[in-house]
Amino acid sequence: MLDALVFQAGYTASVVSLGVIGLGCAGGILGTFILLRGRALAADAVAHASLPGFAIAFLVAALLGMQGKSLLVLGTGAVVATVIALATLQRLEATPHLRPDAAIGVVLAASYALGIVVLSIVQTLPVGGQAGLTSYLLGSTAGMLAREAWTNLGVASAIAVVVLVLYKEFAALTFDIRHARLIGLPVALLDGLLLAMLLVLAIAALQSVGAILFVALIVIPAAAARLWVTRLSSMVLLAAVIGAVGCHVGVALSATVARLPTGPAIVLTLATIFALSLLLAPRRGLIARMGAARRSAAGLRAALAAGQRTRP
Amino acid sequence: MTLAEFLQLDLGPLLLVVLAGVACALPGNFLLLKRASLVGDTIAHAVLPGIVVAFILTGTTAPAPIMIGAVVAALCATLLVNLIAHTARLEQGASMALVFTSFFSLGVVLLEVSGARAVHIDTEHALMGAVENALWLSATGLTSFVDGAALASFPTSVLRVAAVAMLAAVIVSLLFKELKVTAFDPAFASVAGLRPHLADGVLLVLAAVAAVAAFDAVGAILTIALFVCPPATARLLTDRLERQVPISAAIAATTGVVGYAMAALLPRLFGFDLAVNAGGMVALVSSIFLLIVAWKARRRAASAGRLAKRDG
Repeated sequence: MLDALVFQAGYTASVVSLGVIGLGCAGGILGTFILLRGRALAADAVAHASLPGFAIAFLVAALLGMQGKSLLVLGTGAVVATVIALATLQRLEATPHLRPDAAIGVVLAASYALGIVVLSIVQTLPVGGQAGLTSYLLGSTAGMLAREAWTNLGVASAIAVVVLVLYKEFAALTFDIRHARLIGLPVALLDGLLLAMLLVLAIAALQSVGAILFVALIVIPAAAARLWVTRLSSMVLLAAVIGAVGCHVGVALSATVARLPTGPAIVLTLATIFALSLLLAPRRGLIARMGAARRSAAGLRAALAAGQRTRP
Repeated sequence: MTLAEFLQLDLGPLLLVVLAGVACALPGNFLLLKRASLVGDTIAHAVLPGIVVAFILTGTTAPAPIMIGAVVAALCATLLVNLIAHTARLEQGASMALVFTSFFSLGVVLLEVSGARAVHIDTEHALMGAVENALWLSATGLTSFVDGAALASFPTSVLRVAAVAMLAAVIVSLLFKELKVTAFDPAFASVAGLRPHLADGVLLVLAAVAAVAAFDAVGAILTIALFVCPPATARLLTDRLERQVPISAAIAATTGVVGYAMAALLPRLFGFDLAVNAGGMVALVSSIFLLIVAWKARRRAASAGRLAKRDG
């Protein structure tokens, strides 16, 4: 465990850990804007929706005799599937008598169901390279190659750079969309870009965090950071750090405990950080709030007592 | 395929998916009305640690402790969603995503670490159901239904789901008025003396128990399909709740039969050696049902709009 934490567990393990740390950073940065824009459940839908595309692309590529696990093939499938799922979501939300929560539930269910059905078919076919496809559900860094880890790091850096370059624009988008529209920002384009980056990150994180738990990488670091700070720039920075720490500890944990999938290890680490923040954060934390409530109650009682004494 | 083969291999799984569908559809109608379909998703994920802890503490998969564990976990998750949404000032969706990923991860980690996975439940089961556990190997023909020795080995998971479906049917018919009024208008329910908090609590417990029933049939993640799809389909077919509830149960049963047939029987009849995940197929069929009905509803609405424009 300690070896893994201080990057002494071998070259590949260190690079893999570095790659996942990058994803955690990117998740925190992107998650801040997704959370403030109120799109947390879109992250869940995107991650689930990429799964059937992934599985079908693998199946088709394997049947055609191509290398099914190539990132290009799987990524293309995932993008196509997610675009279809988001279009379906939009249509469903516009259907009379269907509320957004039901629509998103249906899209989650349908994507995951199709993904599971295709994965179960893939597993019975005599095609190679299918081992561990189910690890895309909960993530597994055990068999990850250094090359894949470098790709993760590249994706994460690209997302971080885009967000930082367009920082002002995204800030305007998340805080006051009418103002953003008024000053002539391409609001729809920026929203689309946010969603596109979410999709790219989801595909990159499929192997380490998994489709089911990806939304945690987006929501938890940003939500925890929000408890501590009030400025957007500090929130972005802190969320990135929390995401990185969560991923690092999670990968080390899953490398130490036999059979522990990486996704749940990362999520539990992040959840612990969030729980501590919820308790301890100054002003917004539960302990600080209880203290403030007690102080104001005591102040009120003192004032009342003083009032009674001075009354003639 | 002989009758004995059907009884041994297919009867248990078929009953499992049909009854689990009905058990989830009944409370699902009220979740849909309250626009809380995603609460169903949260509960379905959150029962996993409850089930695992109950199993670790008692060492058995007896229904009572498992159900109690699941209900307690579901209650904790729901309370936490509200507490976190309020304290950390998150929207409900983000708070749900945070809670259900954390609970589900905790369940997976407990499964892997405690060694519970060696017996009866494992992570794959939580991810995609385990209908194949419901085999009735001692069945030889129709006479087995009156043969005490053969009946004794009838799969207990089927009996458990049957009990849950009956319980759901009884509670929904007894408390129909309370559930209905609370879902439509909690303020009025409270003025009319119908105790909306009690109705909400009953709905929550019912959803948690149904989620345990669905756990065997389709796994934790696909349970949302059973909660949302049949009720939403029924909602598009009728405007009266009194009709919507039985229609949704009928749709759930039908999609269960069709989905199971497509997964298990069709490949065998045509001589393909494919193992298609039955839970996934059931969820997929019920999503496709909904998509077709929603498409028709949209077309009807569109043509009604055109008519109104022409006449007006």
